[in-house]
Amino acid sequence: MRRYLAARLLQALGVVVFVTTLSFVVVHLAPGDPISAALQNPNVTEEVRQQWRASYGLDKPIAEQYVLWLSNVARGKLGFSITHRRPVGDVLAMALPRTLLLCGLALLLSFVIGIGIGLLQAERPHGPRDRWLGRVLLVLYSVPDFWLALLALLLFAYRFPLFPPGGMTDPVTYPYLSNGEQFVDRVKHLVLPVVTLALLSSAGVARFQRAALLAVLPSDWMRTAIAKGLSWRTAVRRHAFRNALLPTITLFGLSLPVFASGAIFIEKVFTWPGMGLLTVNAIAARDYPLVTAGVLVMSVIVVTGALLADIAVAAADPRIRLS
Amino acid sequence: MASAPPSIRVPASSVRQRLRSDSRFWIGLSTLGIIILIALFARFLAPYDPNAQLDISSLHSQAPSLAHPMGTDTFSRDVLSRLIYGAQISLTISLAAVAIAMTFGTLVGAVAGYLGGVIDAILMRLVDAASSIPTLLLLIVVIALWDEIGVVFLTLLIAGVAWFTVSRLVRAETLAVRDADFIVAARALGMPSWRILARHVLPNVVGPAIVAATLAIGNVILLEAGLSYLGIGVRPPTASWGSIIQEGAERVSDLWWLTLFPGLAILVTVFACNALGDALRDALDPRQLLASLGDETVQHTR
Amino acid sequence: MTSPLLELDNLHTFFYTDTGVARAVDGVSFHVGAGETVGVVGESGCGKSVTALSILRLIRAPGRVEQGSAIRFEGKDLLGLSEREMQRIRGNRIAMVFQEPMTALNPVFTVGDQIAEVARIHANMSKKDAAVKAVEMLRLVGIPAPEQRATEYPHQLSGGMRQRVVIAMALVMNPALVIADEPTTALDVTIQAQILELLADLTKRLGTSILLITHDLGVVAENCSRVIVMYAGEVVEEAATVDLFARAHHPYTEGLLGAMPRVGGTAERLATIPGTVPPPTNWPDGCRFRERCMYAWERCATEHPPLYQIGGGHTSRCHLAVEPERRAHPHTPIAAAIGASAA
Repeated sequence: MRRYLAARLLQALGVVVFVTTLSFVVVHLAPGDPISAALQNPNVTEEVRQQWRASYGLDKPIAEQYVLWLSNVARGKLGFSITHRRPVGDVLAMALPRTLLLCGLALLLSFVIGIGIGLLQAERPHGPRDRWLGRVLLVLYSVPDFWLALLALLLFAYRFPLFPPGGMTDPVTYPYLSNGEQFVDRVKHLVLPVVTLALLSSAGVARFQRAALLAVLPSDWMRTAIAKGLSWRTAVRRHAFRNALLPTITLFGLSLPVFASGAIFIEKVFTWPGMGLLTVNAIAARDYPLVTAGVLVMSVIVVTGALLADIAVAAADPRIRLS
Repeated sequence: MASAPPSIRVPASSVRQRLRSDSRFWIGLSTLGIIILIALFARFLAPYDPNAQLDISSLHSQAPSLAHPMGTDTFSRDVLSRLIYGAQISLTISLAAVAIAMTFGTLVGAVAGYLGGVIDAILMRLVDAASSIPTLLLLIVVIALWDEIGVVFLTLLIAGVAWFTVSRLVRAETLAVRDADFIVAARALGMPSWRILARHVLPNVVGPAIVAATLAIGNVILLEAGLSYLGIGVRPPTASWGSIIQEGAERVSDLWWLTLFPGLAILVTVFACNALGDALRDALDPRQLLASLGDETVQHTR
Repeated sequence: MTSPLLELDNLHTFFYTDTGVARAVDGVSFHVGAGETVGVVGESGCGKSVTALSILRLIRAPGRVEQGSAIRFEGKDLLGLSEREMQRIRGNRIAMVFQEPMTALNPVFTVGDQIAEVARIHANMSKKDAAVKAVEMLRLVGIPAPEQRATEYPHQLSGGMRQRVVIAMALVMNPALVIADEPTTALDVTIQAQILELLADLTKRLGTSILLITHDLGVVAENCSRVIVMYAGEVVEEAATVDLFARAHHPYTEGLLGAMPRVGGTAERLATIPGTVPPPTNWPDGCRFRERCMYAWERCATEHPPLYQIGGGHTSRCHLAVEPERRAHPHTPIAAAIGASAA
């Protein structure tokens, strides 16, 4: 187990380095340099531009810049945001927890829903319940995320004003609310984005869980379970499920990236001030340092998610844990 | 994509049988066929020119009516016509991107699997690392940094992120076959590598590859729509389903038809791809075949 | 004579496949008495495993136990019971031991948990009590350090130990009948002997009946009081073990005995039975063993032989029972002749 962990850690580190390098390469391959776009104003003299470039280290040879970039990243200095006029690290530090809150809740919800549906389907494979659920899931799976979000907004925030149309808290009244009311306000703002995101992902989870269950149903130990006197349903829910949960744990970790990027649409539609919205706005504003740092951070989340997932599976599968 | 066991050739007759009885196959195929036809004959089907601003003063932002079944947008363009032409764009991009990704991915996968050794290791490490970056982010960054990119470049970019899965699939297949006896025999007889790949490896790959391609088309349509919605995919005034939604996003509560109809179009198309892909996958699955051979031990329906 | 513990009456189990109807079990009748160990012998494809699965109603689509079959256990017809009632019998009154100890146990649950599960379902034991019972059972089947072993997972145990666990699972509720389907086929020869000895010992102590299914006549000789020989979905011979080995009647049984390697026998080639079992979707007319039989004559092609009584509880599905003089004229079986001419 320990050797396995060490190998995986090394691999994860390698990927992070790769992504860091990629960010650097992409930025420097782009036409112009990161600074000139921000300083489009013709009143800015060439001298000032050179000064800016020098202070950002852009006049140095590219290899040196790369080393500088790597060492900066390692120390957590991700650059300076042009639009926010603050260190990128600060800006991200504010937005990241918000995205994690949204994605975390949605992830949990999607897995509860997805695992439940997958289980319901696998109890009678190819039976009527399985088929109908399968069709519903297929539709969910085919829906564009941003569209579902827009529809949810249209229906439940405008047509039937049950929930607020976006944001994290009420922009006007929030500071004047009591603690309890503030909590309720936050919850109300969370419902639509979380449920939308969760529904979209649950389809994939359900399909996966169903496939995992179906794969183990013909196993010999299922036959043993029935021969011991268990009902088919109990055998599926207890024996098959526990077995088929292992791959789902991996899926859990692998789902983090989907959320990290899928949340971009949700955040935009519901104006949720998280990493996704930040990145999208930064792109529009050509705030390159923020963009690349944002991408880097999200990639690190992905890699960490996959790593954690693998560790979780290794811990949960007694065959690996005890080797 | 979960690692799949090397494929067992399934007799064509049973594949056809199972496909024929699967409603998803027919629904998917016919729907996709209709949409492709719509895209092909857009010129004859669209009631108006998709880019024609009909009467900017009086006809803009009209709700659906008899004259304009899907309403008009803020530039008084007929939405239905834009939707029909949008099919052209979206389908072209996705079919082209998938075709390129399949070709490239197959080549890389086959080479890596067949040659093995260092080349295989390097290629696969690259693929693993590259595919661990969230694609959407990658695309956003790249597109954002290059301001104006045409449809062609967009297609190439999308293909560039889609080929990883294919290469893994093909590599697995190649590895499974490479050391088989008949391959060794073929090599002993002096058959050149490319010939071996073409005649023995590829036929085994075709099945799963078709499934992957079908599903990929759906995913690419979603991807392109998303990018267009963000404003960085297909740019206005070109009508793509995503860009129509983007134009109406600001006033989604008033101009609901600008959101509803293009979204439905995307949903129906992607649904067709997924249904078709699922049906193909189940029909080609050797495990289903084994089940139907009726082994004696406890088994389940179908 | 008291009514037998288990009585199969004209059991038919068919499989409805794309290639036709496979009549895997085609009219099988036999009984098992209380405390008896009965062996069912036959090669692969003869229907012995399907028979075992049919008793516990473990046959699923596309297989089906046909109407007209009866499986009477302690007087009740199992085929008429509801699924819930059947669940109360499985693992409780009738238990089954399967062939592959590797895969018969769920890899993600401890061995103790899986044994305890039986007690919790049928005896409604609490978790704690069931765990204690599980350790007790492990001790019973001769596993050393049972408290420790109970917390281990199947992959940590050897094949022989896993099979002991499976047996422990089967015996938790002290069933009246244990069906053992090739319990030792997947094990080493040395372990085989141990497992069979264990089974014999335990069942003698507890008075359990065993239906032992195997392809190995040697196993049967050591452990069973009565033997049933199956071929092509039918019972072709039944006798007390001693009788069978001393006076085998059916040519198939003869062939099986001839094919057995015997210590101390002359160092000749083992006799084999030429030909193969016909496909279950297409049993031939007349006697199903005809093409591989060295005594077959015209009657065997046209008349399907019933189970003739030979005397002393010995039955045989062979026309030689009524025309014993034919035994003096052996010839090359048709299957061998075809094989020879094809070569």
